Amino acid sequence: MTNLVDIRNLSRSFGAVSVLKGIDLQIAPGEFVALLGRSGSGKSTLLRMLAGLDEGTADRLHLPPRRSVVFQEPRLMPWKTVLDNVTLGVDGKTVDERAQQTLDDVGLSHRKHAWPLTLSGGEAQRAALARALVRKPELLLLDEPFASLDALTRLRMHSLVFDLWRKHGPAVLLVTHDVWEAIALADRILVLGDGHFTKEVRVPVSHPRRRSDPELARIEADLLSELGVEPLTV
Amino acid sequence: MSDMPLPLTGADRPINEAVRPSSGRRFLGLGRRLISPLLLLVLWQVLSATGILPARILAGPTDIIAAAQRLIASGELITGLMVSFLRVLAGFSIALVAGVVLALVAGVSRIGDLLIDPPIQMLKAMPFLGLLPLFILWFGIGETPKIGLVAFGAVFPIYLTLLGGIRGVDKKLVEAGRTLGLSNLGIIRHIFIPGALPSLLVGIRYGLSVAWLSLVVGEQINASSGIGQIITYARDFLQTDVIVVCLMVYALMGLVTDGLVRLVEAHALRWRPQVLA
Ligand SMILES: Nc1ncnc2c1ncn2[C@@H]1O[C@H](COP(=O)(O)OP(=O)(O)OP(=O)(O)O)[C@@H](O)[C@H]1O
Ligand SMILES: [Mg+2]
Repeated sequence: MTNLVDIRNLSRSFGAVSVLKGIDLQIAPGEFVALLGRSGSGKSTLLRMLAGLDEGTADRLHLPPRRSVVFQEPRLMPWKTVLDNVTLGVDGKTVDERAQQTLDDVGLSHRKHAWPLTLSGGEAQRAALARALVRKPELLLLDEPFASLDALTRLRMHSLVFDLWRKHGPAVLLVTHDVWEAIALADRILVLGDGHFTKEVRVPVSHPRRRSDPELARIEADLLSELGVEPLTV
Repeated sequence: MSDMPLPLTGADRPINEAVRPSSGRRFLGLGRRLISPLLLLVLWQVLSATGILPARILAGPTDIIAAAQRLIASGELITGLMVSFLRVLAGFSIALVAGVVLALVAGVSRIGDLLIDPPIQMLKAMPFLGLLPLFILWFGIGETPKIGLVAFGAVFPIYLTLLGGIRGVDKKLVEAGRTLGLSNLGIIRHIFIPGALPSLLVGIRYGLSVAWLSLVVGEQINASSGIGQIITYARDFLQTDVIVVCLMVYALMGLVTDGLVRLVEAHALRWRPQVLA
């Protein structure tokens, strides 16, 4: 199977500061990849390049044409209703139907005529997710989309994203700070540090994943130490 | 020396206003604030009726009301009003189109900004009402200088506020728009214009007040029609009552057009929490 994303020797610097120093990244169709790394390690920079929002140098930069992004903030157009936000920039006769369907998928059909500024944080982020999915992306880019949500809402969003991934089948690149979030969702976890991937871990555990699973606990400890955090010993 | 405390009481009045609590109290406060204007009106009427204030300086309130009724009954006022209103409409439409186009170009393109903004900033510094003699030399004394003056005066507030609004549009939304596959035109249409609309509406309201002001000045020159003509005629015959009626009509039209824009505003900005609440 050919890779959906195939990137070789990707670099990006801001002035004299090299943020990405020759990264290789392959993502298979439908694969769920999580990207961890300390703050400032360049995760957003990499994701923005995949989204086409930033330019760098690469020997090879093969990307699917249909890519969608969800940022940490919902970035909905406040002057458009939820439904109009979801359909913004999408052509075709069946757009409205599909948008309704997608809003249904994220559990937001009852708020489709609402103004974005009246939504709760979780609702706004679900609207942003619907807006990304209605474009039928082959690659879904998520830059810490749950970081500003409360812990309970975040857990609900995890299962929502997981279900949507199963249903719509895009490849996903999820940037996160939350090691457990990465473990609970991803097939493969990459750690970015000092301009390249310092670790790559596969998570060969079937879903639903329980936190008590010893295999997952071992991966978690491994990743935490890679990120420079020693697990608490009580 | 004895009037020393007066400036002080004047100075703390705004503070009292700011902390004024309930709407019931505010209503009472408004009633109180009407007392002195009403007293002045009575005083004015008394001075006029006793002949201390001659009508050739300023007609009394009852004379003014009578003049208004006369002007309305003869149809003169309505006709003049229509002519003046059309001048503002024409001049303001030109200003709106020009201001919006210029601000859009300057707002979304670096070269546009470089070419357009500096000359406008310089022209802005000019006291535009002083351009009237030039406008008369260029355009004669017909409709063109009047409409031109209205357009010239109103274009700056529209341009400046819209440009400020465009610059204030959240760049993160523009980025989101790109990831949604919007073209440059789509980004202008779906993000910059609606995002800058609140500022544009402020500019339109300000521009309209400048437009009416420009019209008042522009209509002083050889107006053969419109409110300006009624004023010129009244001046020649010392009819101060008619002049006051015309001034009130100008003020009223300014209020009406401002109210219309407020209506548009309430509808167009209903997505804003302030409007929703
Ligand atoms: N436009 C820019 N100009 C200059 N420096 C930048 C720019 N964008 C990012 N950087 C720098 O690049 C580095 C990586 O930034 P990036 O936002 O990718 O980090 P991150 O891994 O996403 O961090 P976080 O987890 O805090 O979001 C940082 O040191 C940042 O200061
Ligand atoms: Mg980031």
